Amino acid sequence: MRHRLQFTAKKLFCMALLLLGVSLTAFLLMAASPLDPLQTNIGQAALGTMSPEQIAKLEEYWGVNTPAAERYLGWLGDVLRGDFGTSLLYRRPVLEVIGQRLRASLGVLVCAWVLSGVLGLALGVLAGANRGRWPDRLVRGYCLTISSTPSFWLALLLLMVFAVWLKVLPIGFSGPVGVESVSLWERLRHAFLPGLTLSVTGMANIALHTREKVIDVLGSDYVLFARARGERGILRRHVLRNVALPAITLQFASVGEIIGGSVLVEQVFSYPGLGQAAVAAGLGGDLPLLLGITVITAAIVFAGNLIADLLYGVVDPRIRRGAARG
Amino acid sequence: MRMNRRTGALALMIFACAVLLAVTLAGELASEPAGVTDFTRKNLPPSLAHLFGTDWMGRDMLERTLAGLSLSIRIGVLTAALSGAVALVLGTASAVFGGWVDALISWLIDLVLGIPHILLMLLISIACGRGTLGVTAGVALTHWPSLARLVREEVLQLKEATFLRAARRLGVSGGDVFVHHLLPHLLPQFLTGLILQFPHAILHEAGVTFLGFGLSPEQPAIGIILEESMGYLAAGRWWLALFPGLALVGVVALFALAGERLRLLLTPATAQE
Repeated sequence: MRHRLQFTAKKLFCMALLLLGVSLTAFLLMAASPLDPLQTNIGQAALGTMSPEQIAKLEEYWGVNTPAAERYLGWLGDVLRGDFGTSLLYRRPVLEVIGQRLRASLGVLVCAWVLSGVLGLALGVLAGANRGRWPDRLVRGYCLTISSTPSFWLALLLLMVFAVWLKVLPIGFSGPVGVESVSLWERLRHAFLPGLTLSVTGMANIALHTREKVIDVLGSDYVLFARARGERGILRRHVLRNVALPAITLQFASVGEIIGGSVLVEQVFSYPGLGQAAVAAGLGGDLPLLLGITVITAAIVFAGNLIADLLYGVVDPRIRRGAARG
Repeated sequence: MRMNRRTGALALMIFACAVLLAVTLAGELASEPAGVTDFTRKNLPPSLAHLFGTDWMGRDMLERTLAGLSLSIRIGVLTAALSGAVALVLGTASAVFGGWVDALISWLIDLVLGIPHILLMLLISIACGRGTLGVTAGVALTHWPSLARLVREEVLQLKEATFLRAARRLGVSGGDVFVHHLLPHLLPQFLTGLILQFPHAILHEAGVTFLGFGLSPEQPAIGIILEESMGYLAAGRWWLALFPGLALVGVVALFALAGERLRLLLTPATAQE
């Protein structure tokens, strides 16, 4: 147990260091931008009619004249106290905006994550076990097509088919426009297409990698030996157990891809989630919000990696014992 | 006649490159008429005269698609080459120098992989002031980590090989060892990785442009075309989105397939089947 704790502590420390790196990178990139937040948000015409005092006030609000180092250190100090600053576009605390957006996105993200993992694993095992036959060809064809398809174009196609042509699903947003309390059914109807797009695209990568691993295992000496002994249930006893570890890695590595994919997909469906907020913040030069979103998504990704590392020990007795001995 | 796998993969690769070249040239020729507006023929659905239909300004969608694809391909090739160069340098440096250089580069790889790709591309694009430069830098600077890892592991393995140690003992300089002994072994794996990088680069370029962080609306780009088509979806103008996207998928899938075949040939475990 002690080394497990030590291991976790070490990983947590690395994670904190990486998060610091992420925040610094994101900050430097945004600070290096030649785009003037005043020009992008207020416009040349409006600026021309303003008095110098008004412009100076706006410059102060958007933080144009403060040196970068001072701004970053100030931001970091506030974050350590749990304050991510105030979003310049939405004029509310960053954490509040992110929390609200994340609530809208989270259901879709988690559903897509679980679905793509389970279905991807199933398809991968199916293809690997039937290597060279038609299920394998079918799955491989699907994976190749999907991995060559931009997710936002797939979203556009689904929108055309289900919302415009068949008219069975709404065309966007997370609920009917202008309605205060939205029923669960309406929410599901609105979240269905974004979730479907993300699951369908996320599945392909997992299925392809699982297939390769299954083929590896099926070609191994121990499976040959098990066959020679006339053993039954090879798939369950040997293949699935050996595929479990890489499957966990894939599943948790896909967290980042699903979040990244949601940025594009939410844009198509005008779904008011975290991804859409990131795009709005990026286009509007809202530094605190974009910084907050980047740091929090990176934290989610790193947490996923940490959980995967910890799960290895739970799933694989060899790693557990190896850690105990080492 | 059945071709064997080696010839098959090679033929596919040559075919993919030929298609690429043809599309680039056609796009070059089409970029002039692609911008021509003609309001007597606006919003036409696909017909023999306009295979992909026309948009609300009467521009021929086939010409716009070709011009956009050609632009995407050029940016894709450029960014794949740039990120390949970064991966080669960092991967080799990490394996050869070891120690803190290795630790630093590994940390950098973890860092880049920790931020969702698309978010990092947006950030880099913002840092470069968006536009062509922004999207090129964004895609080039986010696609090297996996390839760098591959190069690092290859070099680490090769470093201990007897022929390399012998060459060093015989007094061959470090640079010569790299060029004459390391690179030839590294090249097949590296090139396949590079080819498989290219489809990703194109798709991400289109994505970044689609979100409004890439090429400007005046440029004919697939991302721009698809972004504009969103406004006409509800009006039932399906051809604005369907065909340009389909063309992009075709080019990308062709390259992904050819790269995958090459990879299978070059991986020792699957080469002998």
